[in-house]
Parts: sequence; structure tokens; C-alpha cells
Amino acid sequence: MTKEFESRPNGPGQLKVFMRSREASLVLLIAILTAITTVLNPRFLSPQSLKDLMLNVSIIALLVLGQTIIILMRQIDLSISSIVGITAFLSGTLFIGHPGVPSVVVVLAATLAGLILGGVNAALIAWGKIPALITTLGTLYIFRGANYAWVHGRQINAVNVPGSFLAIGTATFMGVPILTWIVLILLVVVAIGLRQYGAGREYYAIGSNPNAAVLAGINVSWRIATGFLISGAIAGLAGALWLARFGTVDATAAEGIELGVITSTVVGGVAITGGVGTVVGAVLGALLLSVFSSTLVFLRVPSFWQQAFQGAMLLLAIAVDAYLAFRHALRSRVKWSHV
Amino acid sequence: MSQEEKSTRRLARRVNWETILAVLLAIAIVGGGILNKDFLSPENWTNLLANFVEIALLALPLSLIVITKEIDLSVASILGLSSSLLGLLWEAKVSMPLGILVCLLAGALAGALNGFLVVRFGLPSLAVTIGTLALFRGFAYVLLGDKAVADFPPEYTGFGIGTIPYTFIPSPFALFVILAVVFWLLLHHTTVGRRIYAIGGNQTAALFSGVNISRLKVSLFIASGVISALAGIIYTLRFSSSRADNGIGFELSAIAAVILGGVTVQGGRGTITGVVLSLLLIGILNNVLTLADVANEILRIVTGSLLIVSVLLPNLIASTRERLRLLQRQREIAKLAAVSTTK
Amino acid sequence: MSSEPTIELVDIYKSFGSTRVLEGVTLPLFPGEVHSLMGENGAGKSTLVKIMAGLHLADKGAVRMGGREVLFRSTAQAQHAGVSVIYQEPTLFRDLSIAENVFMHRQPKTRYGWIDYAEMNRAVSGHLRQLGVSLRPEDPVLGLSIADQQIVEIIKALTFEAKVLIMDEPTAALSLEEVKRLFEVTQRLRDRGVAIMFVSHRLEEVFAISQRITVMRDGQVVGSGPIAEWTTEEVIRKMVGRSLDALYPKEKVDPGEVILRVRNLRRAGVFKNISFEVRRGEIVGLAGLVGAGRSEVARAIFGIDPLDSGEVSVNGTHLRNHTAQDAMAAGIGFVPEDRQQQGLVMEMTATRNATLTVLPQVQRFGFVSREKERQIAAQWTERMRLKGHIDEPVNILSGGNQQKVVLAKWLATKPKMLIVDEPTRGVDVGAKSEVHRTLSQLAKNGMAIVMISSDLPEVIGMADRVLVMHEGKLTAELSRPEATEEAIMFAATGQTTSRIQSKESKNNPKSSS
Repeated sequence: MTKEFESRPNGPGQLKVFMRSREASLVLLIAILTAITTVLNPRFLSPQSLKDLMLNVSIIALLVLGQTIIILMRQIDLSISSIVGITAFLSGTLFIGHPGVPSVVVVLAATLAGLILGGVNAALIAWGKIPALITTLGTLYIFRGANYAWVHGRQINAVNVPGSFLAIGTATFMGVPILTWIVLILLVVVAIGLRQYGAGREYYAIGSNPNAAVLAGINVSWRIATGFLISGAIAGLAGALWLARFGTVDATAAEGIELGVITSTVVGGVAITGGVGTVVGAVLGALLLSVFSSTLVFLRVPSFWQQAFQGAMLLLAIAVDAYLAFRHALRSRVKWSHV
Repeated sequence: MSQEEKSTRRLARRVNWETILAVLLAIAIVGGGILNKDFLSPENWTNLLANFVEIALLALPLSLIVITKEIDLSVASILGLSSSLLGLLWEAKVSMPLGILVCLLAGALAGALNGFLVVRFGLPSLAVTIGTLALFRGFAYVLLGDKAVADFPPEYTGFGIGTIPYTFIPSPFALFVILAVVFWLLLHHTTVGRRIYAIGGNQTAALFSGVNISRLKVSLFIASGVISALAGIIYTLRFSSSRADNGIGFELSAIAAVILGGVTVQGGRGTITGVVLSLLLIGILNNVLTLADVANEILRIVTGSLLIVSVLLPNLIASTRERLRLLQRQREIAKLAAVSTTK
Repeated sequence: MSSEPTIELVDIYKSFGSTRVLEGVTLPLFPGEVHSLMGENGAGKSTLVKIMAGLHLADKGAVRMGGREVLFRSTAQAQHAGVSVIYQEPTLFRDLSIAENVFMHRQPKTRYGWIDYAEMNRAVSGHLRQLGVSLRPEDPVLGLSIADQQIVEIIKALTFEAKVLIMDEPTAALSLEEVKRLFEVTQRLRDRGVAIMFVSHRLEEVFAISQRITVMRDGQVVGSGPIAEWTTEEVIRKMVGRSLDALYPKEKVDPGEVILRVRNLRRAGVFKNISFEVRRGEIVGLAGLVGAGRSEVARAIFGIDPLDSGEVSVNGTHLRNHTAQDAMAAGIGFVPEDRQQQGLVMEMTATRNATLTVLPQVQRFGFVSREKERQIAAQWTERMRLKGHIDEPVNILSGGNQQKVVLAKWLATKPKMLIVDEPTRGVDVGAKSEVHRTLSQLAKNGMAIVMISSDLPEVIGMADRVLVMHEGKLTAELSRPEATEEAIMFAATGQTTSRIQSKESKNNPKSSS
């Protein structure tokens, strides 16, 4: 019996399995694009340029960690952009209102705020039984509206923020910005969580076969709720980091970012139908999109083409995922092998 | 969801959603009048009705699409694309009638792409239209960059901001009314409408009854594309401004109006009347809040909350009934266990 | 083999509503023994399995394990007590590995609370080796065949320390080698003292693997004992032995010209070499066991499922790569097997359901005329003697009335031929005879009818000719006098002695007896 290894390494991986996986394809694509861009413009690999690239990717990559968990369960979280907006402003407000407050406290407060907002989603989806699309569409509105009302035309400026906090976005360690280090550490944490803990595997199970998940004794409602709590907390953290990165925050901060996050996640191999994909892949997806942006810039393609390409990539990723799923479905159509 | 749960949920909705909306609407109108004396003035109503035309147009074909258990998130991007295209063509000295026609055609093509990907390739419409949302908006930017085109001919912009003679009704709104009637007839009084409900209610049964599901769904996506393009044209003429970022975010308002109007994401239910009522409700709320100098943001909060409550309430009612039923069955099982252990 | 059963059902009674499904059933499963359960469709086998699995509670009677009475209120309880069921359709996590599937939600952990993949893989490897299966624990379930998926389910059961393993039609989708492998696995399970129950239709396999057999009919046990005391003929006789009531008013009609002709229909992996004809005024019964492929053939003729090769022609018109609309235009009507999933839109009214197939007829000046809609619906539902409000959603109607709506819907298309799939499944006696009367009447008036049915008395009473399918192939064509219950059951279980027998089945020892 021949078996096809179109698997993603969500168990202990083997090298052979990895090589045919989505992650490998992404790495390859990134390598190719990097090569093309560097040939066109060697400045691409300069420390400054790389630093910019890393900073650009980092916040999206962070949000992608949360969205991966969500999409693995066949859910979706559109409200992350609003959560980021609120917590970014919250962070700035804390600095202004409490001079001398340690950065750690601000970061924790932002994360906690995100957790609470995520909790609203969790409650409505897991217990209110409202479809995730509707819920997070609603909270996208509600949170952003609340944000606008709170900000009321004001703005946080870099001068309001202590330099030590902004340093997260500017200082580097071994050539890599602190911000990126934070995201990388979290990437490792989430990756380990998803692979090495029962709870992590349950996210996969729920997306792969919700009925089987129930039969296996998994508390599906609770697991879904924790997913949205985590997504909210991560978005909360991302808000604090947003302030560190940009220094300026107004009511429109992070508006629209959710689409880029979802695109990165799906391109990164987390199928929109759930049960498949890794955070590493998703982050690679974010990196790919970012590098691709840069490639377009260096190819002198007007920046106006960016969004169109992003949309095309998402469509391509979905089509590829659907095709792979279709090929596997063909095997189960055989009822009698002697017919 | 068990069969009983489904029917209880349906029962809960059956307290006629449209009636509830109508009552809310009445309250909103009365409340608006009390809160602000200008509310009931003709000028205010012209503003009110004019401002929601584009979203209202987007909501019409979207309702039909959601009834068939699909979704189209790219409507606002097609609006933007159409707006940009119109501006581009006008600048290139193309006549307005021709320009408008090309825009509508572009909308049809955009819709056809959506339909093709969803129907022919069987891709989930949520994901596809998230992709085309970016793709079409991207095309809009490619066409126009961050320029703006103004100076549209007064005969056309006049339509955009004008009213029907001797009334306060804005001309674009009249167009919306005509289209709303068309969609109402289509959904409730034609065989196409019967098929739409059948597909949404049970696609398999529709298939087994000889309904051409592919053709219908593709047509709906094309219709959505054309109407979205039309909305883009109207928006451009109303503000006499063609920009690539016109209409960003409109899809959320349109979906909110559709869901609030009684069209559930589970498919197979909903009426045009309900959607029109919910559009008016949202439009009036917007207006009342603006008049009361309440920040725009509050409206966002209200719209989002309405969206959630409109799904939450029926669910809560149904689940409490289900819980009571479960309790009853548990009592029965306990009785059974008692009986058999005494043997 | 000890004399104490691992699990025993004692005098079980079960009804669903007013339908009596199990009556006084006693069934012991002994350790280290394969006990096969046989019976035609509707005999009550699956309900019995569900009671043991914890999905249903018996109304009367007891389930005993280890001498004590047990009550399973959920599948989890049954599993923890050591009773596992392997269903025909495994519910596995396709995207995860075999080991993960086996241990989901109860993974072995290391000191840090991390999942111990090495231990998981080791344990699963052990089971795989012991069962003699060459799969690896890291393999994703996604690429596995049904046979392999069953193995995964078996291993899952073993890790639950299953003392009782029930397998529901386990060999249905397996190739010859896979069946052999399953039998070897079964032997090893026997050696471990597991009590195994096989629910199966395949007589040769049952006789090859079991030590004990129980035959059920109409909810009762009609025979049970060591396999050595049985022959295949006796089994079949017990399965069907009942007196035939002349309930079914099929009138003698002289068949007219050929309306439907199908030749060499084939769909890879599902059915092949299907050829037959149906004439005006004929009712052709299509009998066979559940899963033989009859509905698939019907759907392929109607154009809903694809055909890999073969011809379908109606009244001389060839249908190629056709859709349901093409079939309808050619004059075919199709009353599907599952009226709730395939036949009706449950939330719509009977009026709307009944006119869904003839929408062009309800129009007036391009718009739907409510009167015409109602009139057409009323016309056909009254023909069916439908009792119930036709303007209410059909989900409030009884099964029999729902079926009448489906029939009305298709009769409204005035078809030349009608395929009905299980027309009286889940329908009460009164409605049942009305459906039969209607079908007879239609045939008399010149319609050609193909009736797929698993209800043998129905087939024998209604059909002019009976075709029998077994695992995707036609195994018999019986004329009305030849069509006895035994003859049909023989052909349905693959014991082919009658006219239609492909060359292949003569060479292939598996499909002929």
C-alpha cells in the first residue's frame, strides 16, 4: 500500500517529511525572492534594510501566532486590529498618566486588556454559540468604536513615551531588533505549546474533525474559548509593541491589519478549513509576504500593486490547499476495491 | 445542532423578525423626533436617505448570497474599483455613459471571478472573497494610485446630490427603491427566488430536484458585482470624487444590515423587507446620533452590538428550552436505571 | 474458551416510538471467540450494537459484564468498561498521525507535562507489530485506506484495554489481502482473550472466521449456536423465513416498449457491468443489501453522480455526461433514499417542496402565481392522499406524509419513468400500502418504475422482475415466479447461482460461492 506524505510535521518531524512540506516551500520561495531582490539591489541584505524588514514583519508575525490557533479550529478572529488599536493607546496613556511606570507593567497591562477583550469574543462564540465571523465582525466594530470614543481625536506621540520603551523598536541585539526577539521567543513558546501539550493538540483535533473531538472527550467549547482568549492576549501585547515600534498612536492604529494577518496565516499553510498547519509556517508566510513586498519595491513596481498581489497570493494559497485536499479525498471514494 | 434545537431556534425567530424590526424602527423615528426637532425635517431626511444608499445597494444582492449560505466580502472593493475606473475613464475623456457601462461590466467580471472560484473550484466563499477583497481593492489602487479625480459633469453629479423634484427624496435613493423592489420581486415572487431558498435550506435536496445550483450561484455573484459597481458610480457622483480608497469598510456595514435584517448565516431564511427595515434602522440611528452630536464612533458600537444581539437572543432562548428538555430526559434515564436495577 | 461470557445481553427490548425494534434478545459474547451477527436490513442488528456501545438505552432487559449488570449512558462509559465498536466509517482526525489519533486527549506525558511522543509511538508500534500490520505510528491518517483506518480504530480500542470488540461490517471496503490481514489481526485478538462480534453480510467470511453465529429477524433472535452446527442455506433460510402476506396489490400488466436502457455502467470502485432494461408498465425491483451500490447506480442514471463509462438511454435518447436537469428533461424522476437529507427542504412548506421540480409551471407572466403553486401542489398531494396542511413546513409531517410529498413532487413532472429508492422506509403501515397502490397505478398507466428496496416482502410483492446487486455488481435477474426471499438473499450475499454472472466472478473465487 503506497502512502503519500503530504503531511505537515505536526508530530515529531522527520527530515524527509519536512522537505516536502509547506514550510520547506515557503523557505524556498523566500530564498528565491531574496536572491532576486539582492541581485537587483544588493542593499537589500544590508543590516539597516534587514532591520527594517524584521521590524515590519514582527508585529504581523506576532498576530499570526494567535490567528493560527484560531484558524486551526476552523474559526476566525477579525477583531484583532481593534484590540491592537485599543491596547496601543492604552499603553501610551499609561505612560502619560503615570510617568516612571516600568515598561514591563505597561506591557502586562496591555496584554491583560487584550485578554479581557478576547474574553468577550470567547464568551459570545463558545457559549453564546454565535458564529465566529459574526461575533468578531461585531467586536471589530464595537472595540474600534470604543477606541475612537476614548481617543477622541487625541494622539500619542513619541515624546510621550520613555526612550527605554521605544528602544524595543530601535535597539538591536546581535543585529536583530529587541521587538523581533520578543516575537521569536513567543513563536517558540507557542510552537512548543501547540506541539507538546495536550491542549495544543486539541486545537488541531477540533479543526480536523469536530465530531471526533467530542467523541474523544475533548471539551470543545472550553478549548474554543481559550483560543480566543489567547488571540486577544496576543493582540493586546501587539498593541504595546505597536507603540514601541511607531511611537505615534491615534484612533486609526492597526486599522485593517487583520486581512494581512489572515492572508499570512493561510499562505503559511494553515488551511482555512482547519486542522492543518504550524505557527512556524504561518510566520514564514508573514515573512514571505513582507519579502515579496520588498521585492516589488526593489523591482520598482509601484506600491499600489501590493494589495493586489496580496489578494492574489491568498487566492493561490486557498486553491492549492483545496487541490491537495481533493487529491486525498479521491482515495476514500473507492467502495469496493474489486470493482 | 440537534433537530429539536434547530426547530426551537426557528420558533424563537418566528415571533416575526420583521415585526420586531418595524417596531424598533418606529421607536427610533419617534425617539429621533423627540430628541431633536430637526430630525423630522425634509432636509434631514434627504441627508439620511442619501447617506446610506451605497451600503443599502450592497446589501441587496448580498442578502441573496447569504441566503444560499455563501458570502461576499469583496463588495466594497468592487465599489472602490468601479469608482477608480470611472475616474480614470473620465480623465481619459471617455464619455460618461460609456464609462458607466464599462464600470458595470468590470463589476460583472469581478463578480464572475468570485463565482468561478467558489462554484467551479469549490473554494470556501469566505476565504475567496477575503482574497478578492484585497485583489480588487489592489486593482483600484493600481488604476488610480492615491490620486483623486473630481470635475465630473454637473448633469451626473446633479443626479448624485439631487432629489426627485418637489420631494425630499434623493435621486439615488429612488434608484435604490427601484432595485429593492426588483430584488423583492425576484426573491419572493419568482422561481429564481424559490430556488435560492431551496439551495439555502438544503442544497442537496435542491440538487436532487434538478436545480442548477452552479449557474444560480455564479449569477448571484455577478449580480453582486454589478450592483457593487453601481454603488461605486453613485458614490463617486455623490461626492464628485473618484478615489481608490472609496468605500473601505462598507462590506462590514452591509453584512451587519443583512444579518440584522433576519438573514442568518445558516442560510435558507430572510426577507428583503427585513433587510430594508434594518438598513433604515441603522441609517436612522446614524442620523439621530449625528444630530445629537454624538460621536460617529458610538454608531459603530451600536451597529456591532445590534449585529451580535440579533444572533445572541434567539440562541439564548433556544438553549434554555433545550436545557429544560435535557433535564427532563435525564429524569427519564434515572427512572429507567431505577427500574432495571430493581429486577 | 471459558464458559463465562465477557458481556451478555439478556432479554433486551427496545422500541422507537411505536416501532418495536428489539424483542427479547439474548446474546452472549465469550472471550477469545468471534461471534457473528447476521440478519437482513432492519432486523435490529445496529440497534443492538448501539445499546452495547452506550448510544441507546434498552427499554427492558439487562446488559451484564463479569456477572454484574452494567448501564452505559454514554460511549465514554462503554469504552472505559472495555467495550469498543469499530464502525464502517471511522471517525478519525485525518490531519493527525496514527499515534495521535489513538491517544488523543489521553496522551502519555513526560516529567515536564510535555507529550511523550516517543512513548506514544512505542506503544502504537507495539500494537502494530503484534497485529502484524506494516504501518508506522507517525504516518498521517490522511493517506490511509479504509482498511488501514480500521486498524487504527482497533488499536485505539486495544489501548482502552478493550475486552469486547464489535466490528460493524468490517470487510465491506476491503480488498482480498486486506481481509486476510484483518482475519490475522482478529486471530491475534482472540489469542489475547478479546470477545469479538462481527456484524456482517458476507457468508463465506462469517463461516471462515466465526466460532459462533446468531441470526436475527424482525427484532428477534431466530437462531444461535456454534458455527459448526450451521450451513449457509440454513442461515439464509432463518434470515428470511416468514410467510408472505399478499399485501401488495401489483396488477398484472403487459409490459410495453423499452423506456430505460442502461448498458455497462461503471463507476470505478463503486459499481460495474450494470446493464438492464425497463419497459412501460413494469416495476423492476432492485434488491440487495445496504451498501451494495444500488443508490449509487440510481444517482448515476439520474445524473447526480458521475459515470466513468456506460450508456443510459431513455426512449432511445442517449444521455451523456448528463445532469439531473437533462435526466428530468428526458422524463426520469428520482425519489431519493433519504427524504430528509435529499428529498425535502425540511423548513419549506409542502407546497413549495412539491413544486420545486416544476417551477416553470407555477409562473404566470414571469412571476410566481401563488394560486398556481398551490393548485399544482394540491393536485398532486391529493393524488397521494396526503393528510396534513400543505402550507406548513414539512418537518411537522409524519414520515409517511413526508414521503408522499416527495412522490408528489416527482409525479408533478409527469415522468416517463420513475426511480424510487426505499419508498417506504420509515413509513407506517397505512401510508405504506398507499404508496404501493400509487406505484401500481402508475405502472398500470404506462410508467416504467425501478424500485430499490431492502424490504424483501415489498420487492417480491411489487416487482415484475427482480434484479439483485452485490458489492457493485448485478448478481441475479429473477422473474416474478423465481423471486423468492431465499433466492434474492442468496444473490444479495454473493452466492450467485442465477443467470447474470460475469466471467470475472467465475474466475475470482471471492465473489462467487
